[in-house]
Amino acid sequence: MSQGTLYDKVWDRHKVTTLPNGQDQLFVGLHLIHEVTSPQAFGMLRERDLEVARPDLTHATVDHIVPTADQSRPYSDDAAEEMMAELEENVRDAGIEFDDPTTGNQGIVHVIGPEQGITQPGKTIVCGDSHTSTHGAFGALAFGIGTSQIRDVLATQTVAMEKQQVRKIQVDGELGEGVEAKDIILEIIRRLGTEGGVGYVYEYAGEAIENLDMEGRMSICNMSIEGGARAGYVNPDETTYEWLAETDYFQEHPEEYDDLKPYWESIRSDADAEYDDVVTIDASELDPVVTWGTTPGQGVGIHDPIPAPEDLAEDKQDTARRAQKHMRVEPGETMEGYDIDVAFLGSCTNARLPDLRRAARIVKGRQVADDVRAFVVPGSQRVQQAAEEEGLADIFREAGFDWRNAGCSMCLGMNEDQLEGDEACASSSNRNFVGRQGSKDGRTVLMNPRMVAAAAITGEVTDVRDLKEVTVA
Amino acid sequence: MSSGDPTEEIPEVDYVEGTGIPIRGNDIDTDQIIPARFMKVVTFDGLGQFSFFDLRFDDDDNEKDHPMNEERFQDANIMVVNNNFGCGSSREHAPQALMRWGIDALIGESFAEIFAGNCLALGIPTVTADHETINDLQQWVDDNPDGEVEVDVAAETVTYGGQEVGVSVDDAQRKALVDGIWDTTALMKANEQAIAETAANLPYVTGD
Repeated sequence: MSQGTLYDKVWDRHKVTTLPNGQDQLFVGLHLIHEVTSPQAFGMLRERDLEVARPDLTHATVDHIVPTADQSRPYSDDAAEEMMAELEENVRDAGIEFDDPTTGNQGIVHVIGPEQGITQPGKTIVCGDSHTSTHGAFGALAFGIGTSQIRDVLATQTVAMEKQQVRKIQVDGELGEGVEAKDIILEIIRRLGTEGGVGYVYEYAGEAIENLDMEGRMSICNMSIEGGARAGYVNPDETTYEWLAETDYFQEHPEEYDDLKPYWESIRSDADAEYDDVVTIDASELDPVVTWGTTPGQGVGIHDPIPAPEDLAEDKQDTARRAQKHMRVEPGETMEGYDIDVAFLGSCTNARLPDLRRAARIVKGRQVADDVRAFVVPGSQRVQQAAEEEGLADIFREAGFDWRNAGCSMCLGMNEDQLEGDEACASSSNRNFVGRQGSKDGRTVLMNPRMVAAAAITGEVTDVRDLKEVTVA
Repeated sequence: MSSGDPTEEIPEVDYVEGTGIPIRGNDIDTDQIIPARFMKVVTFDGLGQFSFFDLRFDDDDNEKDHPMNEERFQDANIMVVNNNFGCGSSREHAPQALMRWGIDALIGESFAEIFAGNCLALGIPTVTADHETINDLQQWVDDNPDGEVEVDVAAETVTYGGQEVGVSVDDAQRKALVDGIWDTTALMKANEQAIAETAANLPYVTGD
């Protein structure tokens, strides 16, 4: 078993006891909730006559069902309105802080936690959402839970877990031009498989990770779950601390920053930490990665041939055949030139300010292809506002993008933003599962946000390095 | 089962018997098990009918070829699946939908972690075996839809067609199911003093 890693240290600090079933009971430092997975848990609490133990350590937002166009209440979708009303009632009754859209702080749960400074190194963070792994970018131990576990956390502020193994993923070298954090994580999942991380927590380390900004680290940790790892993290460093210092929380509590920093430094993995496994990747060899199939592990470099199913591991062949039929691609082809109908720039993976800035540099002065509908859904109201103030929104609008309000949107198609029929979508999101974007015949190609911008302009999957970037203010 | 009367005894799940249904394919994600549009609800009631909806019905709601549509599997309660079943979204709606369709246990090559945890919280075992064992069992269930399958969680065996095969059950899962301690709320709530002490030792937790 691992020793001296951040995971070991944070686990030990939060361990309450070992339960009779052999699992450990862990204290939860921050419980994030949203409208889709929490209502049933509140219902279970009521049935058992239990109260929320720590509303002060619980924080709510609305993201999955929120409309991104017309947000006037009641929502035009009755089911969405009912879910929103239920959340409003639950948080009011329990005294939980709620970033509803009237606050200016609403957004995707994995965007708002970090931007407000409540996501911190050395915290345990849970949410009824598998992309909770995002918060590991700050050196938090963060993972998704199911609704019965949400009930546990609401009732006790603890969760029952089994300790996992730790795999260090060492990403050496420097990223080439046009290659981003998203490409690193797609490559990791391609190599290790969608189930390769089951039983593991991923520690992302090495020069290429250290050189990333916090948003890039979040993109990587976000998709840990697509590789089967329930949690992934990066050891906190000066980049982390500088980011935190600028957040509301530490602007309002500067004394806590000084008090907590020694703790943050103490939970970093030791230089001689022991890992259960180590994998090394050379970032300098990477091209932009796009997916050709229907799992996030089915990725390929933009100029590389789509693999023949029979050349893959035996247990991957059947999935690959079905995926190639669904996507209508042939082995030996590249994804370059694959026609797209929709370009979606959004999601908890890639809808933060630097993502939008990079995409805007591709879009500026160009026009979205005639037959493509393209839209930007900022990750939060704060991202939205900042992007509007910087002029990014105008750049996207002038190019023919729809500029929307914050939410999960077409990442999972729980609001009005959905693929129709067999539309193909260049998407900065995290899952290309069949049906994921709202149409069971829809086709999703995952890629980094600049690649989405390029695809929107040309109407096909394009190597963004072929388009000259334009400086934006 | 997991909710309801707080004084209700948590049942021990050391043994599940019934008939099987094979669901073939690796990497079956929870978006396939329950598409997101059926999650616009505030309870889990009624989710069973939407299990695998897009694989079972076409655009006009006509049935497609799928084991869950076949008459011979309508009473099945043990689902036999392949590799990385339940990957993707953490939605507990997925095992809730399968449970409400009638599934009491899953046997597979491997399960995604969050999915297996969600199953445990509902008292549903997720037992594993190698590819060949699963393949044989899927074929047998296909040929014998009325044939009895017995999952012995405690002994880590599956018995069918006069043969017994070894399977694996995660240690904590086995103990929780066999001892009837898979509903963790009460179990953890009992440790309030220790919870308070742990919190008091964390530098970032203020108040109580």
